[in-house]
Amino acid sequence: MIHLRGIYKRFVIGDEIVRALDGVDLTINEGEYVSVMGPSGSGKSTLLNMIGLLDSADAGTYQLDGIETTTQSEENRARLRREKIGFVFQAYHLIPRLTARENIELPMVLAGMPPAQRREQSNGMLKRLNLWERADHLPKQLSGGQRQRVAIGRAIVMKPSIILADEPTGNLDSRSGREVMELLEELNAGGITLLMVTHDTVLGARATRQVVFGDGRVVKDASKHA
Amino acid sequence: MLEKTGSAENHNNGQTGLRWGDSVYFALNVLRRYRFRTAMMLLAMTLAVGSVVAFTALGEGARGFVQNEFSSLGSELLVVLPGRKQTTGGAPPVMGTAARDVTLGDVKVLRERLHGARFVVPLMAGKIEVSANSHARDAMIVGSTAEYFTVREMKVSPGNILPDIDDNLAQPVCVIGGKVKQELFGNQSAVGEWVKMGGRRFRVIGVLTGKADASGFDMSDGVLVPIASTQILFNRQGVFRTLIKPREHYPLDKLKTEVLDMFRELHQGEEDVTVVKPDSMLKTFDKIFSALTVGVGAIAGISLLVAGVLVMNLTWISVSQRTKEIGLLKALGASDHHVRRLFLLESVLLSAAGAACGVLVGQALVLLGRTLWPTVPFAAPLWAVTTSVVIALLSGFVFAWLPATRAAQMQPVEALAGKAS
Repeated sequence: MIHLRGIYKRFVIGDEIVRALDGVDLTINEGEYVSVMGPSGSGKSTLLNMIGLLDSADAGTYQLDGIETTTQSEENRARLRREKIGFVFQAYHLIPRLTARENIELPMVLAGMPPAQRREQSNGMLKRLNLWERADHLPKQLSGGQRQRVAIGRAIVMKPSIILADEPTGNLDSRSGREVMELLEELNAGGITLLMVTHDTVLGARATRQVVFGDGRVVKDASKHA
Repeated sequence: MLEKTGSAENHNNGQTGLRWGDSVYFALNVLRRYRFRTAMMLLAMTLAVGSVVAFTALGEGARGFVQNEFSSLGSELLVVLPGRKQTTGGAPPVMGTAARDVTLGDVKVLRERLHGARFVVPLMAGKIEVSANSHARDAMIVGSTAEYFTVREMKVSPGNILPDIDDNLAQPVCVIGGKVKQELFGNQSAVGEWVKMGGRRFRVIGVLTGKADASGFDMSDGVLVPIASTQILFNRQGVFRTLIKPREHYPLDKLKTEVLDMFRELHQGEEDVTVVKPDSMLKTFDKIFSALTVGVGAIAGISLLVAGVLVMNLTWISVSQRTKEIGLLKALGASDHHVRRLFLLESVLLSAAGAACGVLVGQALVLLGRTLWPTVPFAAPLWAVTTSVVIALLSGFVFAWLPATRAAQMQPVEALAGKAS
């Protein structure tokens, strides 16, 4: 379902050319649990942005659920993000002036879903994430773990086929981090493809497939139960 | 556990995303949270629109005021003033030559020979003490003829107007204004009673109704007597003003020339009177004040431009402050035009609110002005109100367009990282 072929991405920083992605071939199947590891600057975050259609490649092809994304208009790419991809960020990226519920409802708002239907979905999500009592709280009134749970709720409320998580536990204490990981893995067990970028090898080892990046290339691709 | 398939058709078929209602809610939420920015933009728009409304109302008020003052002189009328008061390009009069009086004899000639004139009404005026019933007060005495009542559309009740008699007949009768009647006679009947003016007795034959405002005098404060009586009271021969009402459809300019020609003939070739057309003066004043209103409105309109520039700056700041939010919205699937719409809506909603406040503030000032100066008809013209509101809305839209477009065109990755491109 995720099919990358010969993906190149270069950045110019000062007078130096950084090869963030240097000919990446990668296929990720539906329902897989993949961790992407590697030192900083190895291109793993760029890969995640590429898969999440937040960034575009200089060269190569990327098919998502059979759709060639590199030739799509920005409008269609936005639509694909809306329908197929859920993002979980290290810094949560919640909108500070919106309540937990409103943050969760945001993707549905952008998709133009009627308010009653949104309410129903967010109700279910708040209950499921143990955030029911916190529905009308602003992000600043929530703990780190609760914030990340809101962010996960926002990522999955549109029932995407892929969750892209960039250091999802990076800002959390170990207990909250473990809870968040359990939640993500539970979602994966339910069938969602989970792609997680981390520099934490212990965390990375939990994934069934581990991809290690170095200098913009895949240097290791190992599966646990293959 | 959530299902992961079969979801898209639930909510995206046939929908173009982001509803208008939600857009407005989102924008209002932003405005509520960024109070200072909202207050500043609101204030700027309110002041801008309010000043256009207030200033044009001022201009209109001045125009209306002058119009009212001059329309009481009467339209379709010529007024003859003794002496040269208009510069006509000729040599200035020789020093020391006093203007010759306009006499009742002149008036008689005009009446007999001016075929274009329907009425020729001589006027004299002065202040004198009027007394009756041991009450006394100063009053404006106007000497004229019966026709004066017709020309000025003055009504008398109870009693009659001045008798239609020869101009030289100084009958001791008078018509008194409502206020004079009230002060001298109270609620008693005045018609048939005697009043004393300048040591002479006059019988009251009528009381003026209403204000009967004539040539800027409040006639309810005055007393009308036959013209010859005024000559005796003030010991003067010259007529103060002569009103000439033309026959219907008779051209005023032609009549004016005839009047001047006739006076030159009567006064041995000297053009020593001035003939004024209040109507054309009124039109000129009207033009001047209309232009003034537009000018003042335009100057106030500059504040709309300033407000627009403020809108642009604050929207720029908003966009750079909320770079990460823009990145997030895009990551969540907001398209470029959704992002642009959200930012444009913020400023358009603010401009609309500011314009509404501005109209209210402006109208409040108009009301205040009317209360303080009741004689000046302050009123913001509809064109000024509409134009300023439309310009406010447009500037909210146009000036926010650039920043909103920049927000829309940000790369999601860079925006999420807080790096504005």
